[in-house]
Amino acid sequence: MADLKRTPLHALHVSLGAKMVPFAGYEMPVQYPLGVMKEHIHTRAKAGLFDVSHMGQVVVKGASYEAAAAGLETLIPVDILGLGENRQRYGFFTNDAGGIEDDLMLANRGDEVFVVVNAACKPADIARMKAALEPAVTVTEITDRALIALQGPAAETVLSAIDARAAEMSFMDVATLNLNGVEAWVSRSGYTGEDGYEISIPNVAAEGIARTLLEHPDVEAIGLGARDSLRLEGGLCLYGHDIDPSTTPAEAALTWAIQKVRRKGGARELGFPGAQKIVDQMVNGAPRKRVGLLPEGRAPMREGVELFASADAGDPIGKITSGGFGPTVGGPVAMGYVTSEYAALGATIYGELRGKRQPLTIAKMPFTPANFKR
Amino acid sequence: MKYTEEHEWLRAEGDVYVVGITEHATTQLGDLVFVELPEVGATVTKDDEIVVIESVKAASDILAPIDGEITEINEALVEDPSMANSDATGDGWFFKIKASDPSQLDEMLDEAGYNALIA
Repeated sequence: MADLKRTPLHALHVSLGAKMVPFAGYEMPVQYPLGVMKEHIHTRAKAGLFDVSHMGQVVVKGASYEAAAAGLETLIPVDILGLGENRQRYGFFTNDAGGIEDDLMLANRGDEVFVVVNAACKPADIARMKAALEPAVTVTEITDRALIALQGPAAETVLSAIDARAAEMSFMDVATLNLNGVEAWVSRSGYTGEDGYEISIPNVAAEGIARTLLEHPDVEAIGLGARDSLRLEGGLCLYGHDIDPSTTPAEAALTWAIQKVRRKGGARELGFPGAQKIVDQMVNGAPRKRVGLLPEGRAPMREGVELFASADAGDPIGKITSGGFGPTVGGPVAMGYVTSEYAALGATIYGELRGKRQPLTIAKMPFTPANFKR
Repeated sequence: MKYTEEHEWLRAEGDVYVVGITEHATTQLGDLVFVELPEVGATVTKDDEIVVIESVKAASDILAPIDGEITEINEALVEDPSMANSDATGDGWFFKIKASDPSQLDEMLDEAGYNALIA
């Protein structure tokens, strides 16, 4: 796998017997010997350790937190100025057409904003922030830190055994913890629908900390395969699939992430790319909507499957953007976009699978209950 | 036991052949979550796509290894596709087929040939 980058945990993955695959320019573990299904179920039952070091870690720093936050608010339709110290929030970059350029996590780390972006979007995101914010605010990619996620109901017990302060954090809190004597930037968040933590640690200490966590009998290493099925059951979007530059926040059902202060009539309304279209759609509705889908029967319906209003309707009303087997649900789950008139919960639509139309029900997401520590 | 280059195995059982996919194949595919089998009584031709399997990762087609008639299918596998992972050459069988031209078996790999293929 020439030309692929490696994370600081590459040697660990190989030693654990991981199957390595190319992903977003990195050589990443798609599964370990346990296999996708058992890795998924283990994470929901106990705790899974994920290497997410391919994601972009960026520090945005100005004369004050407010200076950096105000700059980012020109790119992101989220209340960043009002984000409390040591708190984290979900957001996204928008474009002039109201589409989503990437989704991200933003943390108020006192005097700076810590931003985590998707691996594939990293160069564009950093360029976008630099162009808009520098020189008054600096945008620095953090390349000397790995990022791992510890997810699942046992995550608190496991991490707080190393630093007891982990147990005091609530969902979306951030803190600087001491793990094996190194400074860890920790948030209580994740991408599985479970309680857990995302942990930024120096590259040189990453393998040692990962091995310490894996020594706990409740912790297994989990690959990208289970990460995908976990987030799908959790109803969470995968950038480039469920959201992209052509999908707006209203279409993607992500308007919950846009706080009142940034909406029409708010104290800091608009002022981000595509604002007019985005707020118009929030008031008047969008032409299509992202919905959860439960295929009847056992056959998974995957990305690209076209959706129809009836078993014999001519033109499609949408398509699946993510789909597969949900190990915890015990059956197929999917999400996709449909024309808004067909987006009612409980409605039956049809997906075309191997030339046959098969029914799906429009269902509430997440498909499995979220187990966050509020 | 005979093998195809498509990672199927065939085991003679009276005048029919039991067909499944090899452990090597199920390991490569990952956990199976869905299996769609042909109808009993169907007449199939070698290389027809007669079985659909889906793993947690992707969908694959399984081809008819020989010409013949489907005499039985493994209903238990449809209910629990993971049997193909846990017991690929036993409980995880797919279907039984009555060969219309048993000489087609002559072209297939034996165990040593199959092991060489996947080595």
